Amino acid sequence: MLTKRIIPCLDVHEGRVVKGINFVNLQDAGDPVEIAKAYNKAGADEIVFLDITASSDKRDIMLEVVEKTAEEVFIPLTVGGGIRTVEDFRRILRVGADKISINSTALKNPQLISDAAWKFGSQCVVVAIDAKQNSDGTWNAYIEGGRKDFGIDAVNWAQQAEKLGAGEILLTSMDCDGTKEGYDIELTKAVSESVNIPVIASGGAGKLEHFADVCIKGKADAVLAASLFHYNELSIAQVKEYMKSQGIPVRV
Amino acid sequence: MITIIDYGMGNLRSAQKAFEFLGFEAEITDNKTAILAAEKIVLPGVGAFADAMSNLNSSGISNVIKKKTADGTPFLGICLGMQLVFDVSYEGGEFEGLGLIKGEIKRFDLPAEYKVPHIGWNKLNTTDNILFSEIDEDIYTYFVHSYHAVTQDKDAVIATSNYGTEFTAAVNKDNIFATQFHPEKSGDKGLKMLRNFAKI
Repeated sequence: MLTKRIIPCLDVHEGRVVKGINFVNLQDAGDPVEIAKAYNKAGADEIVFLDITASSDKRDIMLEVVEKTAEEVFIPLTVGGGIRTVEDFRRILRVGADKISINSTALKNPQLISDAAWKFGSQCVVVAIDAKQNSDGTWNAYIEGGRKDFGIDAVNWAQQAEKLGAGEILLTSMDCDGTKEGYDIELTKAVSESVNIPVIASGGAGKLEHFADVCIKGKADAVLAASLFHYNELSIAQVKEYMKSQGIPVRV
Repeated sequence: MITIIDYGMGNLRSAQKAFEFLGFEAEITDNKTAILAAEKIVLPGVGAFADAMSNLNSSGISNVIKKKTADGTPFLGICLGMQLVFDVSYEGGEFEGLGLIKGEIKRFDLPAEYKVPHIGWNKLNTTDNILFSEIDEDIYTYFVHSYHAVTQDKDAVIATSNYGTEFTAAVNKDNIFATQFHPEKSGDKGLKMLRNFAKI
């Protein structure tokens, strides 16, 4: 049985993890390599690094972070943030990332999805979609960290991304993100049922039931969470234990 | 020294880093003389079967692999590297493989609720094989693939997994080992398999 994946996401700014991390006694709670190691030990099925470094001349710090992590952590590693070209893909994959997540750039330049899939394989192209509900109940895809409506239907965009060669969809609900009231079941289900590639649900996790709900009702293939894990409100082991008790296959 | 064959397909550094982490020296090379001298060979790879075989044939590396495996050199194929050891693949046509183990590579033919590619961690049903020695609990490994091996050589199958159907997850025949999953991305248990191979 294929298991549902539990994925912690780390925001990295100039090589340092932002948002507090206090789930385990680390010597350096801001070091992404240390945190990735701890999450690996805690049972994470994958790790996502989101580079939120604004200045382009400090972007290369991320390459070192990825390289060091890949030397010590042997589970899939996804890197997102600021990736604009096939050359960016090549550089990050070469230092040890397994997948690259692209968001605004994919909407502005969908050709990048095909180019990267052609060059490196669909398995490493993750298209991240920030979706927000419209008044008529549909969802639009947003860019620039959710600040700007791109004017395209999110479900339709997910289907296009799949056709272009995306290997997975990382779907964040702007409406639920930060609320801790649960993932967006309707959105996740709508996207998951309209594509034949895995959908990672993101945004809104607050308690154990939310993880099971989005997998069962929302048909998510994987679930992502950030602060919930970082602040040790829930551990990955607790989530997996709960999901297992609900009959959801997980890697234990 | 573990020799990892570079034939232009995918991320080879992960396999190298995993062996180095375990304390084994590992080189990445496309040099036929180096591969001929190899003590152990690893053939990783992601991408299309046809491109991979075309690269292996045009560089002459396919003949070197056949010679080395016939001589008894331990060999480990990973993911696409596993598919290449079989006779034929139907990915995007019909393409001849290395023919080291009898069988063919076919696309998953599954009900609509099963997404293809099969991506993620799945449980192995293993036989008693040296590759899995000292790994006693449940083994989950990381898969990313749309095609899988169908082999007539049932004795060669050392692990299966389930995704809508039971499929071959790993094979071993004499000195030839191959895994459809990525041991280099399968956490501690995957690392143990690489150590078991390196210690043969």
